[in-house]
Amino acid sequence: MKINGETIAKSVLTVVAFSALASLLLIAIFIFKEGFPFMLKVGIGDFLFSSTWNPQAGLYGIFPMIVASLYVTFGAMIIGAPLGVAGAIFMNEFLPRSAMRIIKPTIELLAGIPSVVFGFLGVMVLAPFIRAHMGGPGLSVLAASVILGIMVLPTVISISTDAIGAVPNSYREGALALGATRWQSVYMVTLRAASSGIIASIILAMGRALGETMAVIMVAGNTVRIPHAVTDPVRTLTANIALEMSNATGMAREALFATGVVLFVVIMILNAIALSAIKNRGGSK
Amino acid sequence: MRVHVLKLCWVGLAIVGLTSGCGKPRENITLAGSTAFQPFAERLADQYMTTHPDVTVTIQGGGSALGIQSALSGAAQIGMADLVKLPSEADALKSLVVARDGIAVVLNPANTMTALTLAQVRGIFSGTIKNWKEVGGPDHTIAVISREAGSGTRSSFEQIVGGITLTGDALIQDSNGTIRETVANDAHSIGYLSLGLINSKIKPITVDGAPCTEKDIMSGAYKLVRPVFLVHNANVSPACSAFLDYVVSPEAQEMIHKNGLIKAK
Repeated sequence: MKINGETIAKSVLTVVAFSALASLLLIAIFIFKEGFPFMLKVGIGDFLFSSTWNPQAGLYGIFPMIVASLYVTFGAMIIGAPLGVAGAIFMNEFLPRSAMRIIKPTIELLAGIPSVVFGFLGVMVLAPFIRAHMGGPGLSVLAASVILGIMVLPTVISISTDAIGAVPNSYREGALALGATRWQSVYMVTLRAASSGIIASIILAMGRALGETMAVIMVAGNTVRIPHAVTDPVRTLTANIALEMSNATGMAREALFATGVVLFVVIMILNAIALSAIKNRGGSK
Repeated sequence: MRVHVLKLCWVGLAIVGLTSGCGKPRENITLAGSTAFQPFAERLADQYMTTHPDVTVTIQGGGSALGIQSALSGAAQIGMADLVKLPSEADALKSLVVARDGIAVVLNPANTMTALTLAQVRGIFSGTIKNWKEVGGPDHTIAVISREAGSGTRSSFEQIVGGITLTGDALIQDSNGTIRETVANDAHSIGYLSLGLINSKIKPITVDGAPCTEKDIMSGAYKLVRPVFLVHNANVSPACSAFLDYVVSPEAQEMIHKNGLIKAK
């Protein structure tokens, strides 16, 4: 058999494609292998729903951190999603093409700023501001949400812009021809047509917010407690792993892997919900 | 052309042979553990290697707990641990106090308080004292800042002060440096960190009337002090024990002292 360039390229690409899949699978297996036995030992109910985290005393309750991760993530979405989608609409529908060609790459540049820089800004500017004007220690759910909300903007904007840009112009022309104003055509026609892309952008942003660690450690305060106000400090799941990793041995280390398992499952659940939301929309169209 | 390449290869081989072939193989010593002592160990190692070119000293961090584990498992010949008392698993190891480190209780410079008693510190960190007013300060909630569970500084602090169950309101930071930044940023906060890391952005206070200075630590008036241990197996290599001797030598102790820690003796 003669080996030509095509077969080589094909087999190399196959190997590369599957290696990405394999590494994902390996990570999943490793986290579960390290963390799941611990969860069974402590009791899944106790681990997930008790509120005291004190590895030295053998108390491993991560409920406050699950709540914190969800609060901070949704807080970031409340801030980031409307801003991002509004920005995308503005850029596509109201801005001349030439201006968009400058603004869009600039916004995408925001994605290249390391998270530690965002965290630093949060500690130096945002936290003192919250402390002075809203009370509390400053390092809080609110600070983390605002910082994450800004961090996810490039994700939301660039994917939403692509989705809105992909809506055929004939849709807009049709709406305008039927007497709709520009704004009516945007929210009645363009946004509906682009909705699956916009939702996808929000899901991706949610994943980023949930997984962000460095910036959150810096601005969230890391107190293991269920927050009662937006100015209360919290510790997220990711922050817990990163904070205690360096000193953890034995059971405490397994507990961190188990935290990773929970994070993995929470992200899976969020993705499943979001995917089914897209599907339902697609079906009703 | 080909001849040249070949010649170059021979020259290269000869150089490699000359440098590695003769002389004894280099002895390797690894230290692992406490991140607080790590920078000091690195300086000591650098200095030691200039006078002992046949020895390579490698310093790794990882925390006190890891230092003890590495010494037990043999992953490192010497473990570094800065704890008030070594845990029972270190009983199998020999230990050597190489320095002492004060833990300073620090406030924001804007805070007018300059002194607390040990009992007040205990109350503040346990959450029974929640307002500066209760200890003679302004009427404002105290922002308690502590380290993560498992930190050597935190466990030392809690052991020396005694009877602390950290308040659930405490903010947690993951290093001496971030404790310093947080205290420097919040006018009503209180934290604690290694004596060597105090700067003008924060204000150390007296505990039971004694300031966190070398003099008061040496005299025993200032209580928040922890030793830095080097732990190792009973039978270490001669090169390793020579290095241990060097660390407690006057020259090395002077260097440790100059950079902010307190001498072992």
